[in-house]
This record gives sequence, C-alpha cells and structure tokens, in this order.
Amino acid sequence: MPHLPEPRGELSSAVTDLLGAAPGPVPAIDVAAPADPLGDDDLHLALYVLYELHYRGFDGVDERWEWDPGLLGLRARLEAVFEDGLRAALSGWTPPPADATTMDLALRAIDDADDAPSLSRFLETKGTLEHYREFLVHRSAYQLKEADPHSWAIPRLSGPPKAELLEVQFDEYGGGDPARVHAQLFADAMVALELDATYGAHLDRLPGVTLATVNLMSLFGLHRRWRGAIVGHLALFEMTSSIPNGRYARGLRRLGRRSKAATAFFDEHVTADAIHENVAAVDLAGGLVRREPALVGDVLLGARALAELEGRWARHLLGAWEAGHSSLRASEAEAVAA
Amino acid sequence: MSSEGARITPYRDGPLLVRGPFTLVDQDGAEIEVQQRTIALCRCGRSRRKPFCDGTHKVAGWKADSAAAPPPA
Ligand code: FES
Ligand SMILES: [Fe+2]
Ligand SMILES: [Fe+2]
Repeated sequence: MPHLPEPRGELSSAVTDLLGAAPGPVPAIDVAAPADPLGDDDLHLALYVLYELHYRGFDGVDERWEWDPGLLGLRARLEAVFEDGLRAALSGWTPPPADATTMDLALRAIDDADDAPSLSRFLETKGTLEHYREFLVHRSAYQLKEADPHSWAIPRLSGPPKAELLEVQFDEYGGGDPARVHAQLFADAMVALELDATYGAHLDRLPGVTLATVNLMSLFGLHRRWRGAIVGHLALFEMTSSIPNGRYARGLRRLGRRSKAATAFFDEHVTADAIHENVAAVDLAGGLVRREPALVGDVLLGARALAELEGRWARHLLGAWEAGHSSLRASEAEAVAA
Repeated sequence: MSSEGARITPYRDGPLLVRGPFTLVDQDGAEIEVQQRTIALCRCGRSRRKPFCDGTHKVAGWKADSAAAPPPA
C-alpha cells in the first residue's frame, strides 16, 4: 500500500495529520479558494488523498476514515471549491445542442472546439525517453487504477446504458484475463521504461494540475448527482484515445522501445477505443439521455470539463519541456530514474 | 445482445461494430484473431490496422450515415 504523501500546504497538512492518527474529531479547517482552484497543489493533493481512501487507501491509515462524517464534511468543502472553479472556467462555454440521437455529434463538437496543444504529436515526433517517462509518471495517477472512477457509475445506471458501460469496462479490466487488464498493461509499460510501477509510488512528484484530472473523475464518479457527467467524461475520454495512443506507440518505436511490454498498452488502446468510443458516445451517453433527458447538460459538461483539465495538463507538460525543465515536482529521491 | 447471431451496426461517420457471436476469417479461411467480444471493422478504408478500425476515419473527416443510403432515384 502507498505511503501518505508529503503535505504541500495547510489543507494537505491537515488531511495527512488527521489520517496519521485514529479516527477522531475533525477540527474546523478554514477552506479558502486558492488562486487556481483547477490546479492548486495543496487543494488537489488534499482532495486526492481523501478520494484515495475509496480506492486503495494508504499504509498505516485506519480504514474507518473512509466514511468518517467529519472528514467527509471537510471533503465536501474542498469539492465545493473545485466545483466552483470548474463552473467559473466553463462560464463562457455554450454547450452544443444535443439529444439522445445526436449525442455523438455534440461530443465530437466539444472535441473539435478544443484548442489545447497536442501532447501526442509532440511525443510522437520530438519526445525523448525522459519525456516519455515523465508522461507515464503523470498518467500513473489515473492509469494504475484505470477505469475504476467510471465504475462508480455502474450502480447508478440501469437498463441499456448500464449494459453498455459494462461492455466498455469489461475490456478495460482485461476481458477476464488479469494480464490484459489495462492498468496492468500500463504498469508493464512503466517497467519497460525503467520506472517504478508500484501503485502510488510517484504521488509526491505529481503537480496539482495532474491530480486535478483524476480528482475530476472521482468527483463525478462518487456523486450520484454527477452520473451524467461521469458518463460524458468517459465518452469523450474514449473518443480522444485511439489517435493519440497510435502516436504514443509510434514515438516509442522511433526511440527503439519496441518490446511488447513497452507498446502493448498503447497498441491495445488504438483498436479497443475505436470500439469504445462508439459504444460510449452513442449507446451509453445517448442511451442515458434517452432514459433521463434532464441529464443532457451534465453529460456535455462532463465531457467539456475533461477537455478543459486535460488541456491545462498538456500545456503544463509542454511548457515545462519547452523551457527545458521537468514537468514533475522536485523530490530528493528523484524517484523517476529508478 | 441478441442470442440468435451477430449484430452489425454502422456507426455514423465511423466503423461497423460487430457484436458476437461471430468468427472473423480471411479469404483463405484462416481465422483472424479477435481480442474483444465486440469488434470495430473499418469502413472508411484508411485504417492502418485493417480489417479493424483504428480511429483514422476521424482524422480523414470521413462521413457516412448510420442508416442505409436511399436507393438511387
Ligand atoms: S472506419 Fe475507423 S479507420 Fe476506417
Ligand atoms: Fe483502457
Ligand atoms: Fe477504452
């Protein structure tokens, strides 16, 4: 099990201090909105740690904390800051028109309107092995628990959309073969690039802008009221996967990393997500809106929020690399070059 | 999924999804290995992973309806 991370400010200190002891009263903690609620290091580490109690937990942390009312109250206040930040960032956005039969077109319009720089083009043509390693370290925050945040939606859906979600998730979890679980393929790629693939090993090095991309999924997944948004998030995630993953795989081969372990994760996603994107956009997202028309706005918001946070994340990586430094937080251990 | 046979769906501007049970064979009868229960077959002609779709139809801006085209007038 991973260790609790080093705190980065008042919120994450408060959270890690609490979790270091047995469940007890949670003091009133002042939660003020940071300058950047979509990327703040302290806010997003605190939220990430609180969400992680619902996934794999931490070494030495009492598992009863997961449902401690005081701690959930603190989490709700952090979530409110994050949610307000999201709404503010999307306030100028006009959702495309959509209904159950045009959901695929509306989601595509959101993707087409996305003007974020292309990380996959950069890695394919110019990426170094060190860039690839950083990329994998960032992505490990999600990819080592790939599909889990969207699985929270399963008990919130019924009928055809539930079956369609499971159709996608079945593949994500390897179709019954543990060696083909996508999180395992990702771990294999990390090891092939000489990285530590232990769950949570790199948490101290991940900036808030990266943690926010995972917190977004946990926020949408863990709240039933956001079931439309987690479905929209998944649909756009699948729709923006085949092409970039093909590029990542070609870049790795260009760098001479041709082993199956290095490339299988990316190769698998080229063809798997060419299937998933249709199932997720048409049958899952469209199917959900057919049953619950009132959710159409949330589905689109989930997709747009994904594009927004992924864009900020990609800009962070490319900006750091263009300036010639690491996109990860500094650490004494320099855990990346294992 | 129907229990009687495969169900094939052309998706708008995208591939043909085939939901099992099915067998995929080449013209010499050799079986083409399939990883998923459902597969996407390229119908735009531009995939680098034929017969499977690899998403290239999007880059190409390829267009086709899901429903059958009307017969010529
Ligand atoms: S239909 Fe997708 S690549 Fe041809
Ligand atoms: Fe996957
Ligand atoms: Fe997928």
